[in-house]
Amino acid sequence: MNAPVTRRNAILGISVAATSLAAPSILRAQSAGRVVVVGGGFGGAACARALKRADARLRVTLIEPNKTFIACPFSNEVIAGLREIEAQQFGYDKLAGAGITVVAQAATAVDGQKSSVTTGDGTAYGYDRLVLSPGIDFHLDALPGYDEAASETMPHAWKAGAQTLLLRRQLEAMADGGTVAIAIPANPSRCPPAPYERAGLIAHYLKTKKPRSKVLILDAKDTFSQQRLFEKAWKELYGDMIERVALSQGGRVTSVDPATRTIVTEFGNYTPDVANVIPPQRAGHIAGIAGAADATGWCPIDPVTFESKLVPNIHVIGDACLGGGIPKSASAASAQGKACAAAIVSLLAGRTPEAPRLTGICYSTVAPGYGFSLAGSYQPRGDIFAEVEGGATSPVDAPRELRAREAAEAERWFQTITAETFG
Amino acid sequence: MAALINVPAKARRGDIIEIRTLTSHIMETGFRHTADGKLVPRDIITSFTCRYNGTEIFRADLFPAIAANLYLSFFTVAKESGKFEFEWIGDNGYSSTASASIIVE
Repeated sequence: MNAPVTRRNAILGISVAATSLAAPSILRAQSAGRVVVVGGGFGGAACARALKRADARLRVTLIEPNKTFIACPFSNEVIAGLREIEAQQFGYDKLAGAGITVVAQAATAVDGQKSSVTTGDGTAYGYDRLVLSPGIDFHLDALPGYDEAASETMPHAWKAGAQTLLLRRQLEAMADGGTVAIAIPANPSRCPPAPYERAGLIAHYLKTKKPRSKVLILDAKDTFSQQRLFEKAWKELYGDMIERVALSQGGRVTSVDPATRTIVTEFGNYTPDVANVIPPQRAGHIAGIAGAADATGWCPIDPVTFESKLVPNIHVIGDACLGGGIPKSASAASAQGKACAAAIVSLLAGRTPEAPRLTGICYSTVAPGYGFSLAGSYQPRGDIFAEVEGGATSPVDAPRELRAREAAEAERWFQTITAETFG
Repeated sequence: MAALINVPAKARRGDIIEIRTLTSHIMETGFRHTADGKLVPRDIITSFTCRYNGTEIFRADLFPAIAANLYLSFFTVAKESGKFEFEWIGDNGYSSTASASIIVE
């Protein structure tokens, strides 16, 4: 029953090959180990499931305060009125059915010495290995004027849910001829191409409903992922509707004033009708509490095992970790979750984990039926993941049929990853 | 694109004020080669000067390895109302100027 772990998942280009050719491990005592996973997003949920699948005797606990998960991929379509939020919602019943103990509480403390996690109701959960998959929190010190209250007038919509719907309502309430500003932070940040996808989809909404309006991008970056693809698509679909002020044109936002809905950049002030302010980010709060985040606000890891460089027996996956070349995306988090599970199973069995090769894919939709993608392969190199041969970006010059096909593929990718994680 | 300047429109006498400038420039190092092996000639900004009512208050000499799109931020004391004048000089006869006014109360 203690079979060697040989798992290979290959689903629509999202794959983890963490093959172990090691000899069958020494049989361990009945308790195969306790693993606590904090955070039930694409990373944490995939990790919990992969752990249980790899070794049914493992006691796996998933700590996640939200009873319903709301997915970020495709939430830009909700903002643009192309999709309803219900299509983004997923529950944890299937995870519980698979034998994972799902605790609907927030993790509030981690004691690395005692190997224990405490939740909001005061319960302590001991672990042999802890996996933190807390996603992002906002680095509010880096953006004076912005806080939780400010997000009610200048929504970030960077965590899907109420904020997504708020931004949508603001767009719906705006008069024709208005300006929608999107403030974009520097990297590292969650899903780097997503602000540009959002710009395109908002432009689609405006072109359809409020054609005299415009989108103003205030960007802390000069260049961005798949820039030529985005810029070509914007021009082709929306003409001059989208204006971008890059870093070297003074686009970096330095503070905001929610009372007057003013966005302050290094060289000027803007008062748009709708202000979508995406603040600078850092690892989810609990990573800092656990001592796993460094001065950058993110979590340094050993890329083979995802074990924290700062706290032993704690692994960090998904947006929160310093992954190097691997982007902070749902697909990457899921791949990391599975690779981390394989590493933990090996470690608990006293085997040396094998270096994973992760593949991530990221789709962007600029309008209904117009999509493109970026696929990458990553392997551990030193302390981070480095991109290796095998990646591909959609061609800049391509017929509309290809864009339509990739938009349809994006939808299938979403169905697959959510079914695999939550279904 | 002309240079971007950020000088506070108003300040109190004695205030320490921040001045920001940004100018678009390729800042080609002169160390790179084209695909067919030819050296790409150096093309950088070599000096920046800021004068406050005619008096030089800030100067920078610039060299290869400084990033494109020169961004400089520095501080001075607001002494009197008047004008800040900025000047960038570089390779191939490059020259650019800008100015900004301040009211000191």
